[in-house]
Amino acid sequence: MAEESTVIEIADLSFTWKKQAQPVLNIASLQINRGERVFLRGPSGSGKSTLLNLLAGVALPQSGMLKVLGQDMNALGSAQRDHFRAHHIGFIFQMFNLIPYLSVVENVTLPCHFSDKRKHKVLAQADSLDDEAIRLLDHLDMAQAEVLHKQVNELSVGQQQRVAAARALIGAPELVIADEPTSSLDADRRTAFIDLLFRECDNANATLIFVSHDNSLQAPFQRTIEFDQLNSAASDKQPKLHAVS
Amino acid sequence: MAILGLAIKSFRNRKFTTGLTVLSIALSVMLLLGIEKIRQGAETSFTSTISGTDLIVGARSSPVQLLLYSVFHIGNPTNNISGHSYEEISDHPQVEWAIPLSLGDSHKGYRVVGTTEQFYQHYRFARGQQLQLEQGQWFGEGYEAAVGAEVAATLGYRQGDQIIIAHGSGDESFITHKDKPFRVAGILKRTGTPVDRAVYVGLKSIDSIHQRFNADEHDHDPLMAHADHGEESEQGSLSAILLGLKSRGAALSMQRAINQDDHEPLTAIMPGVVLLEVWQMMSVVEKILMVVSGLVVTVGLFSMLIILMTSLNERRREMAILRSVGARPAHVFVLIMGEAVFLTLLAIGLGVAMVYGLMLLLQPWLESMYGLYVVISWPNTTELMLLMIIVLCGFVVGLIPGIRIYRYSLADGMTIRV
Repeated sequence: MAEESTVIEIADLSFTWKKQAQPVLNIASLQINRGERVFLRGPSGSGKSTLLNLLAGVALPQSGMLKVLGQDMNALGSAQRDHFRAHHIGFIFQMFNLIPYLSVVENVTLPCHFSDKRKHKVLAQADSLDDEAIRLLDHLDMAQAEVLHKQVNELSVGQQQRVAAARALIGAPELVIADEPTSSLDADRRTAFIDLLFRECDNANATLIFVSHDNSLQAPFQRTIEFDQLNSAASDKQPKLHAVS
Repeated sequence: MAILGLAIKSFRNRKFTTGLTVLSIALSVMLLLGIEKIRQGAETSFTSTISGTDLIVGARSSPVQLLLYSVFHIGNPTNNISGHSYEEISDHPQVEWAIPLSLGDSHKGYRVVGTTEQFYQHYRFARGQQLQLEQGQWFGEGYEAAVGAEVAATLGYRQGDQIIIAHGSGDESFITHKDKPFRVAGILKRTGTPVDRAVYVGLKSIDSIHQRFNADEHDHDPLMAHADHGEESEQGSLSAILLGLKSRGAALSMQRAINQDDHEPLTAIMPGVVLLEVWQMMSVVEKILMVVSGLVVTVGLFSMLIILMTSLNERRREMAILRSVGARPAHVFVLIMGEAVFLTLLAIGLGVAMVYGLMLLLQPWLESMYGLYVVISWPNTTELMLLMIIVLCGFVVGLIPGIRIYRYSLADGMTIRV
């Protein structure tokens, strides 16, 4: 894919969940550039998760334009969108990010099994997927033998989130989306985790979209987007949709 | 592919509960196959309860009745065959041997069969096996008896013991032939057939105790009774005759000839044909067994369905994570579906292994105790079909959670619920 300077480009986007009368999202315009660190702020239930599903290609807008890394999502079939996500986007969720029956290293290398592109990127730099996983974990201070051999559900929440970060970063996806990744961490660890995320996104040359309702985390970010101002559907004071968490 | 690895690791992670499910399905598969194997063995054993005998002849009655009293010692003959007919039949040029059977007496509930040396020589059971003696000899002249294995085991008889025969069948006969006890000359080896449950004595000796009995009762001179050919005397009359022919092909014409005999109303049956008829009368039992074991398999599959369905909710999160790293809804479907099919195949493999293991272990015992010969062979078409049906059911069982998780995964996308 050509080096796009624009990572996300939205114009006149509207999205309505099936069986719902009112749109959840109405976004007139949004542009996020390569390498930006964006703090997307909004209360829960405001349609943030819906936007993430659209960016991931899991859902498609009914109208308007949505380009991710220059690719018009409406032009892709569902299989192509699944591939696109696997190739270009790394995700970190709020909590319980890990597959319980996989080891720490297997959890980190998981995206490479769904994306040849990321696998090849890894193998161009490292000897094996496992080596790269351990390198990333080491950066996150998670490569000690006793941590690596633990069951993932024996790890602390903070450790789990770092493993999730390593998984989002492996194979250097162009876009990293973190959805409330620090909400289950205590205050000290939040800033530490955000520092880590910044550093690794710099290393991987990735754009970071950080979604949170917590204003206190906003400081280190170059840019803050207030979701309520972005999304005119939310400001219409329509009853909030149960489908959006 | 990645999904296959995931399915196996997911299975390993929940190996205890899934292992139990596999075991329960495997046990039900074992039951189903085991019952089918035993059914086949029982049919073969039953239909070869008596072998080598081409025709059984008795007084005119229904073929099933004749078979039941002559071979299984169930019920009584309605009439006897005259000694004259016996001689006529045994002298027939097509007849190789003729075993006379005289029924009507019993010993502690077991049938007493009056017969001759011929019985020991020519009677065959199962796959053409000959009678053998566990100890002693077949009865000789005089008041001697050869005892079936079960009779000997239950009543604790050994060679040389004295036994008293009662007139009529049943446990508590009032009329016993106490004055003439029989000496146990030998004990037969277990056959797993009704032979085990009978006492064999000489035709002549049983005739003679009846002579004495009749003489006492009617206050006749026993010597006179001997010459008596009147109605009360059972001298020379028989309950049934087992015939071996020189060529099996003659059985049909011989059977017709006996059935149309002018002198005495007789019935001749081919034991194999009537045995099969009786077996088919009992086929309802066999169907019930199959239905029951089918139900057990259904229960096993349901337990798998329950396990898969209850795991779905906790796995929705897992599915969202997989979706986020690029898995398609189809992958998620295959993951659940594959697990169901994998578990079913594993269970079938285990169940089949258990059936064959048990058969190897129990085969000699089943044959000697119950005369049940189970054939250890590759699964036949019926069994393969049963297995295929189970695989198919496993597939269908997998479809239900598979489709549901597919829908979840489309609707949830990457939004983690629960």
